[in-house]
Amino acid sequence: MAIDYTQEAPVVEGKYSFKEISEIISKPMEVFPDKKYFIALGISLAMFGIGIFCWILTFVYGVGKWGSNVPVGWGFDITNFVFWIGIGHAGTLISAILFLFRQRWRTGIARFAEAMTIFAVINAAVFPLFHVGRPWLGYWLFPYPNNYELWVNFTSPLIWDVFAVSTYFIVSLVFWYIGLIPDFASLRDRTKNKIKKVIYSIFSLGWRFSHRHWHNYEMIYLILAGFATPLVLSVHTIVSFDFAVSVIPGWHTTIFPPYFVAGAVFSGFAMVQNVLIFIRKIFNMEHIITIDTLEKMNKIIIVTGSMVGYAYGMEFFIAWYSGNPPELFAFLNRAFGDYSWAYWIMVSCNVIFPQLFWIKKIRRHIVFMFIIGVLVNVGMWFERFVIVVTSLSRDFLPSSWDYFTPTLVDLGILLGSFGLFFTLIILFTKTLPVVSIAEVKAVLDYAQPSHHEEVKNG
Amino acid sequence: MDKKLYCISAIFDKVDDITRAAKELTESEFKFFDIHTPYPVHGLSNKMKLKPSTLGYIALVLGLSGAALALLFMYYTKTLNYPQNIGGKPTFALPAFIPIAFEVTVLLASVGTVLAMLFIYFKFPNNSHPLQDTDFMKQVSLDKYGAIIEAKDPKFDESKVKEFFEKLGATKITPIYYDPEELGFKAKIFAPKFMLLLSIVAILTVGISYFLLNKWKQIPPRNWMWEQPRVNVQSKSTFFDDGFGMRTPVAGTVARGHQPYLFMGMNDSAALNLVNPVLLNEYNLRKGKEHYNTFCSPCHGYFGEGDSRLNNQFPNPPSLHSDKLRKWTDGQLYHVITNGQNIMPSYAPQLEPIERWQIVNYIRALQRALNAREEDFNE
Repeated sequence: MAIDYTQEAPVVEGKYSFKEISEIISKPMEVFPDKKYFIALGISLAMFGIGIFCWILTFVYGVGKWGSNVPVGWGFDITNFVFWIGIGHAGTLISAILFLFRQRWRTGIARFAEAMTIFAVINAAVFPLFHVGRPWLGYWLFPYPNNYELWVNFTSPLIWDVFAVSTYFIVSLVFWYIGLIPDFASLRDRTKNKIKKVIYSIFSLGWRFSHRHWHNYEMIYLILAGFATPLVLSVHTIVSFDFAVSVIPGWHTTIFPPYFVAGAVFSGFAMVQNVLIFIRKIFNMEHIITIDTLEKMNKIIIVTGSMVGYAYGMEFFIAWYSGNPPELFAFLNRAFGDYSWAYWIMVSCNVIFPQLFWIKKIRRHIVFMFIIGVLVNVGMWFERFVIVVTSLSRDFLPSSWDYFTPTLVDLGILLGSFGLFFTLIILFTKTLPVVSIAEVKAVLDYAQPSHHEEVKNG
Repeated sequence: MDKKLYCISAIFDKVDDITRAAKELTESEFKFFDIHTPYPVHGLSNKMKLKPSTLGYIALVLGLSGAALALLFMYYTKTLNYPQNIGGKPTFALPAFIPIAFEVTVLLASVGTVLAMLFIYFKFPNNSHPLQDTDFMKQVSLDKYGAIIEAKDPKFDESKVKEFFEKLGATKITPIYYDPEELGFKAKIFAPKFMLLLSIVAILTVGISYFLLNKWKQIPPRNWMWEQPRVNVQSKSTFFDDGFGMRTPVAGTVARGHQPYLFMGMNDSAALNLVNPVLLNEYNLRKGKEHYNTFCSPCHGYFGEGDSRLNNQFPNPPSLHSDKLRKWTDGQLYHVITNGQNIMPSYAPQLEPIERWQIVNYIRALQRALNAREEDFNE
């Protein structure tokens, strides 16, 4: 398998006309879903149902239903929150950062990754809401004029988090919607169903493909990408501040912000890659979401995986080099203490297995890359677990040291969050175009004007 | 139905054709023209000589105002409205306020610019535009490139425009009409259907808010700890056997700061030698005046002349300016306030010792005022 890396691979393989592109992408929305779709939806809804049941238990009886207790006050809830926020980061990276770097291969996967961002952030936002104990008072997290004449503490990382996550959600949603407007217009003009036409018309806002509009549209895309890029870096930085600004050994480290951002992109890319493998197969989009695109994603996984591995090593080095006994103890305890099993799952999944992507055959092999992608997500979930739980279980007061054991409700909520995520994805694939129709058309070989004329005219 | 001509549209098959058409149109005499493409075509903006988009400036202004608003708001809440001491740090230490200021900047700039583009620049939503739902629109949204010249162009002439498009190599040229009545449709606010909808919305809103705020909020576990064991005033407590909520203090308990008065019930001469601990200064005199006016003046009068304001409901006391009282020591005056005399009751329950001494000082000042010495007038 000789691949010439000196030439940029075409974004879309094979010769497709614009019409065929439109047909392939809008087909899932035009045919009635088959039995397999309902089976998949049923499974994910069942998982989600278990999650809802556990959420209701938590709502009625309180967070005492969870395994969190002194000294491990942050258990599965915060672990899952950080995990899902991290999953979301790949979407914005693909849609904004790769856009700024003019990476054309992002067009095939950007829409889907952005949708995943939104679903992941929805998922993530539920955890802190229940973590506060009385979720019906969740609005107390926002500064609003109230009869207690109180304001939130703007200097607390937890409040920074509220602002970062809600801003991230809104901006991602706007970015996603802006990308969808021309596609809604395409669908509006394709569909023969009256109700669908009304819905698409409303969401397309009356887009009419005028170049005077495209002219501003391209500018807003650039502006949004420019804002989303520092935003996505800030979000996981601020999430890491939740830990880094505290004084718990194992949390209080300056490496956390870059390490968290790299980890977020790492796990997010693994998740996008995993789900796309199914999408391209099921909806016959192998020529739009090409193996070359997946290979490039795997390269990003290896880069970010190595960054995460470097951070693990550097944490240990600093723990020793700082000469701070509690810090050194915290890290030795991570690797060789009660939770060493979790630590070594994390190291092997995040640092060792992704290195297999150095081999080209594995990097381009669907089954291998899928397995490694799953392992990366398992590893990244355990990374958050290790950070949250091991540091707390051995705090400054040895008499209160304890071993965290999740309850069935904890596990049910974890299962339910995956259920919610996959339910939203499955519904998304049948209701909205999973690939941007307008963007893919624009990167076809013959889509842009040839420059012969300009040369001729001087 | 009268249909009016909106524009002449032309369809082009190749992207190179549309770029050439854009160039020719820009250089032609027509001003009201547009190009429609299923995706943004590179270089068309240059060919159409469009000015660079001004959205960047809007984003800049909105972003800067977002940062300023966030910082001002946080400064107001944390420094002016409700200052809090957090770890002994200044109330407005900038680094801790950067993250939120940044997030608000991004939020306002990106959302605001998008709204400005959609609703001000593009005047969306506009689903009733004459081009909507035409074959022309169906083609340019799929795989063709289109150009239009609007009928409102001053140089517009149907045959001339058609000829112009033909020369450019258009594959299909069609006029597009619109119904002015349909475009001019105005919704009537007082239409019965609309009023019905409004009233249903109003009833639903009121009902749901009533239920949420008055019923739902009080169903456990959302009852805000209203129901919890506590001692209610004037009611029997089940916590202690005797039914009282409060415990009686141990015999001989002395209240904090309480000093027993040794000469209670004795003659005023007993307190002859008590020393006034309160300094004779402006503050103590002012305080003494306040207490005197509150507690003493109803019977003794504002200047101690025994002119009661009680209209003989209570016997008038003698003047405080008698020789006998002028010669009394501070201790004796203090004793009478504390202990009472004849029908004057004790003021110990109402006044702290220090306040009684302040009154004594004020009485001394009153006495001096009505019996001034020569040297008092020197200044």
